[in-house]
Amino acid sequence: MAGKGRGVAAFTFNIEALGITRGSMPETQQGPRALFPQAEFKPVPLKTGEDEDYMLALKQEIRGRMKGLPFNIKPHSAKRNVERYKEKYTRECNQIEDEEWTPDWNRLPVELMPQNKAIRKRSSKFPELEKRGEKSDDEKEEKTQKKEDDNEEEAVEGEEYDEEELEEENDYIESYFEDGDDFAAGSDDNMDEATY
Amino acid sequence: MTAQEVRLCALLLQEHFGEVVEKVGTHLLRSGALNLRALVKKSLCVLVQHGMCTFGPGRRGPAGPLEYRVSCERILYMLRYPRYIYTAKSLYGDTGELVMEEILQRGQMTMSNTVRTVADRLTQNMEDGQSTDYNDVVTAFSRLVETHFLQRFSEVPESPVGGKGGVQMKMVTWVQELQRKPNWSTQRWESRAVHTHLCECIYPQHQPLRCNSTPPALSPQACGDEGIYWQVNVERFHLHFRHQAIISAVASKLDQTSSEIVRTMLRMSEVTTPANAAYTQAVSANEIFRAVPPSYNISRPILDQYLTLLVDDPMEFVGKAGDSGGGMYVVNLHRALANLARATLESVVQERFGSRSARIFRLLLRKRHLEQKQVEDFAMIPAKEAKDMLYTLLSENLVQLQEIPKTPDHAPSRTFYLYTVNQLPTARLLLQNCYKAVGNLIDRRLFETKENKRHLEKSQRIEAILGSLQASGAEPAQLAEVEEMITAPERQQLEALRHHINKLDSSENQVDETIFLLESYIKSTSCSR
Repeated sequence: MAGKGRGVAAFTFNIEALGITRGSMPETQQGPRALFPQAEFKPVPLKTGEDEDYMLALKQEIRGRMKGLPFNIKPHSAKRNVERYKEKYTRECNQIEDEEWTPDWNRLPVELMPQNKAIRKRSSKFPELEKRGEKSDDEKEEKTQKKEDDNEEEAVEGEEYDEEELEEENDYIESYFEDGDDFAAGSDDNMDEATY
Repeated sequence: MTAQEVRLCALLLQEHFGEVVEKVGTHLLRSGALNLRALVKKSLCVLVQHGMCTFGPGRRGPAGPLEYRVSCERILYMLRYPRYIYTAKSLYGDTGELVMEEILQRGQMTMSNTVRTVADRLTQNMEDGQSTDYNDVVTAFSRLVETHFLQRFSEVPESPVGGKGGVQMKMVTWVQELQRKPNWSTQRWESRAVHTHLCECIYPQHQPLRCNSTPPALSPQACGDEGIYWQVNVERFHLHFRHQAIISAVASKLDQTSSEIVRTMLRMSEVTTPANAAYTQAVSANEIFRAVPPSYNISRPILDQYLTLLVDDPMEFVGKAGDSGGGMYVVNLHRALANLARATLESVVQERFGSRSARIFRLLLRKRHLEQKQVEDFAMIPAKEAKDMLYTLLSENLVQLQEIPKTPDHAPSRTFYLYTVNQLPTARLLLQNCYKAVGNLIDRRLFETKENKRHLEKSQRIEAILGSLQASGAEPAQLAEVEEMITAPERQQLEALRHHINKLDSSENQVDETIFLLESYIKSTSCSR
């Protein structure tokens, strides 16, 4: 609209060719359209019937059941070392199945297995540690060695798929060795693999 | 289903932007800083388990890192799970329904695992003293496999239902094992403890941290089918749904008998027609006559009349392919799908913009290109209103404007402006609208649930208390007291909430029906090209 004659629109071409006359132009828009405009025509009501009711029930049931399956990974599942008393009952109440689920490793790529990653993590970290001399106490090395041995042993058996607490065949719980809170987090920073 | 549902939402809402895998990765990233690596791997395992993610050698060749590809389509099929299960129920009864439900929920399962779980559930629902015969479940499973509703799961994406020879053998071994050990059918699976032990038997290396089971009541069975996983063959279900859509369209356009004839034709040519064919294999009128169910009592000349009627119908569901055998007839699958999609588009325009806009839309669909003046004349709508409607449709992108210049300089006074509707791009547009609609429905449902979380939790707790009181035999006065803990307005609010959520869920299911139709149409056009 290049014309400036007091709000009158002027065109560069003959608008009669389009079949529009001056008077029959729709109103110009003053701004963006409303987010929820008034609908002139109300939507058709939903189908109702036995089939639809049954499928509705199925849908809600599936949703509820899938929440309890081990596939539903909860983001901040803080795995405490000692099982709290009530967990046994809340699990039963909510019908959550065992939270660990072992996939068939024959069908998945090796890199998705947790312990191999740990081995790689440890071994790749090791030379860097040596170089930087960050945490070079003997306890750390000894523990890393032990974990590597254990992990190799367990890799053969196909260990339970649990990332947060790597099981060791000893009586000590992980927090026995005072690693400090930054141990696991620190290793992520040194990863050579691509981040997502 | 929180993680999966949120992911689905994100996909539905942002379907046209960016790589799907990036979105999945973004979601997984949101789960927390410390467990990042672990969670990504776990999630990938879950996705692969359900067949939504495939992996293979990456861009750098076999030596480079593996690449994971997530299939958007496969995730969107999750909307259709209730429909699959309901179809299995109508075809194969309750047992089939449970088998389908188990496999859908777990992605892939071995046959032995499925049979055990389903028998478990069936027995739980039965009265005490009865138990499920494993053979029933095995029969239902085999029938599902025979009719291709279940297929072998393999890593290769385009796997045929192959390996049936080896699979049959394994199935036979399993059935033989069952027969050799009759104590299975008389066992009663009552406690979770036994169930846990069953899981241990299946995965002998799975050492649960918290083992609370009693000593095993049965010896672990090494079933012969480890490593053979079954998954749901969604394509077969889709074929079934397409046929159902065609049959019901014929029934509503013509009558029940014609739809029976079309159903017979489709059933006869099911096994011989390739998957994405434009029309079924030709069947002769003689064969149709023999195959029509006797309850309809159609005589030969009447059948011929019906067939002629079907062929002459403008919807072109059935076509005549020859004259041998009393007349060779085919069902035009692609054309039927196109007509169904067109009917959907027209009905959408009608419901959103009114019947006169729908008239203009139908006109443009049939006449392809029309000028402004011609639209007004053909649609018999006064000029001003016709313009208004056309511009509304244009702004919604349902109608396009095509310029045809008379002179090379495209001068507007010397150019034809034609309005046109292209069915395929419009269908695609509506499909995206449907996805957006479902995404909005899910969002709203989650919002409603979150708003009323406190109420829901309170009502759940009270129900739990009531349940435990009743189990321990309390007096009615106590029960009444507990029930009064929920006030009447709260009860009303909960009722309203339940009503809303049911409506939203039901809408999702029904929008999915439209999605299916439009998707099938779009896929059929890409096949025939």
